[in-house]
Formats: sequence, C-alpha cells, structure tokens
Amino acid sequence: MTTHQEHDKVGSGHQQEFHDAHDTHDHIVSPRIYIIVGATLLVFTGLTVLASLFDVGVWNPVLALFIACVKATIVVLFFMHVKYSSRLTKLTVFGGVFTFLVLMGMTLADYFTRAWGRW
Amino acid sequence: MSDSTAIANGTPPAAPEHAHPPYQRHHFESMGQQVDATSFAMWLFLLTEIMFFGGLFTAYLIYRNWYYPAFVVGSHQLSLVWGTANTAVLILSSFTMAMGVWCAETRRKGGLVLCLTLTFILGLIFLGIKTIEWTEKAEKHHVPGFHYSVQSFVDPQSDTEVYKEYKDKPLPLDMARHTEVYFSLYFAMTGMHALHMVIGISILAFLIWRARAGAYTTGHVTFVENFGLYWHFVDIIWIFLFPLLYLISRHG
Repeated sequence: MTTHQEHDKVGSGHQQEFHDAHDTHDHIVSPRIYIIVGATLLVFTGLTVLASLFDVGVWNPVLALFIACVKATIVVLFFMHVKYSSRLTKLTVFGGVFTFLVLMGMTLADYFTRAWGRW
Repeated sequence: MSDSTAIANGTPPAAPEHAHPPYQRHHFESMGQQVDATSFAMWLFLLTEIMFFGGLFTAYLIYRNWYYPAFVVGSHQLSLVWGTANTAVLILSSFTMAMGVWCAETRRKGGLVLCLTLTFILGLIFLGIKTIEWTEKAEKHHVPGFHYSVQSFVDPQSDTEVYKEYKDKPLPLDMARHTEVYFSLYFAMTGMHALHMVIGISILAFLIWRARAGAYTTGHVTFVENFGLYWHFVDIIWIFLFPLLYLISRHG
C-alpha cells in the first residue's frame, strides 16, 4: 500500500511535497526480475515454435497470437516498467492499446464480413 | 518583511527554495515532474508507433484473409530456424537493455557500457540474420517488382528444399501472383522493423560513447530509460511479426 501512495504522489504534478531523492527513480526493478522475465520470454518463444509444429487448424493462429500477446504484456509490464509506473503512464498505455484494438477490430470486422451472403 | 530584515541585518539570503540538480529544466517544479513528463511523452510517441505498425498488421490480416492460399505458400518460403534465432536474439537484447537501465540507475558505469555494447552487438546480429534471409528472397526472385517470379508457387516441385518440407500443391496462376502481395507486406513490415533497429543501433552507439564519459551514471538516467522503452517497443513489434509471418500459416 505504501508503494501505491508514493506512486500517486509522483503521478499528480500539482502536489507540492516532493522529496527530491525519491523522485528521480521511484522504483528500481532488480536484475532478478529481469532474469526471470528474460527466461520466461525465451520459454514462451520455444512454446510458440513448438505449437506451430502441430496442425490444430484454426487454433494455430489463435494460439500463436495469444502467446505473442502474453509475451508483449510481460515486456510492457516489467522491461518497460509499467507495473511500477504512475497511474498516468498506466492509463496512457491502456488507453492507447485499447484505441488501437477498437480501430483494428472494427476494420477487420468490416473487411471479413463484406462478402457474407454473396455466395 | 523577511527580506528587509535580512538586508537590515546584513545576513546572507537563505538558499534558493528551488535548489535542484543541474539536469532539471527550470520549467519543471521538481525532478519527479520532469521524469513523469518525459516518460509520458515517450509513451505518446510509442503509441503513434503502435498505430503505424498496427496499420501494417491490419493490412496483413485483411490480405491474408482474401488471398489465403497465396499467403500460406508465401510463408512457407521463410526459414523457421532463422526466425526463431532472431526472436531469441532480440529478447536477449531486450534483457541486456533492461540490465543497462538498471546499471544506470544504480550508477554502475562499467556495467552500463557493457550492457549497451552487448545490446548493440545483438542488434547487429539480428540485422545480419535478416540480411541472410533477404538475400535468399532476392536470389529466388521473391522481391516484389519487375523481376518477381511465381515459379515456386505454380510449380512447387521446382523449389526442392521447400517442397521437401511442405509438399505444397501448385497454385493457379492468378492466386500464385498474389504471393507478391504477401512478399510486399513481408518486406514492408520486416523492412520498417529493421529501419527501427538501424535507428536504435545508431542511438546506441551514441549512448555508448556518452556512457563511457560517465553521462548516465550520475543520477540523470532519463535518456537511457526512454531509449530502453524504444528498444523494448521494437522487440514487441517483432514478437508479433514472428508468429504472423513465420508461424500461423505453416499448416494452411
């Protein structure tokens, strides 16, 4: 909980009580986490290649893209420090990705259904 | 009131209220605010990059849906081994970059230079492997343009190595011609990604040069940190390019 309060303080610019020693980098992610994250990413890479060797029909792309999303999320949260960032950063990242998914989802929904009922 | 007393008493004025490190810009209230503002800006830039690559991803999915058989045989031309190797190289480079940021934060100059150099080398290895793959495409006339050849797709058995692995059936000429769309998107996507790598590697060279002079190990890590965000972003783009181009059409 204390960490949460610290982040809130950094996140809102209008609050006056900054402790300069604290501000520069409010959370240093330890190498241990980087090692675990790096190894996890390599394992997931192996998994997705392994999965591509089996023919599971429509599940091949679904599985591959699901694993890619998991890997990307891990990179964003840990390598890119979003898990330890201010609410502003979290909201920015989420808002951006959400907007992108809406744009892509609606475009694909349009193109994929244009020929429906025409054959 | 206090000012006039100070003058009257001849005591030196109190230390300025906004004592701050030299790298803090004057228009920021505090270092925290400056760090927040720069990382916010960096993320906004990365969001525009997501939209840019997102357009390419969307185009790829739409055309794959339209010309599915062409995209399947097109992707059979890619080497799973090189693709996997490059993914591993890029993940390792992201790891060394993250460690570089940690070294900067904990003021380890030697460690920072080492990590940045490793990231630089891994970036070059990635581009080297990419060059090998692109060269093969050029040799087989799979680069879209006047010299494009549909030979491998109208007569798969002539392409012995790929045929051994996938046993693709010949495509009618009109569908075979659409493999050019696959390779157009392949070169556009991997090319734009490689361009981002080239830009990243150039900035890395600058970072290494500055880090050796001790620029980022005295408390001001913003540049290294935000470059790290850029490098990880380029990694994420590859994390999606790899399955889309190499993996999802293997059994099509």
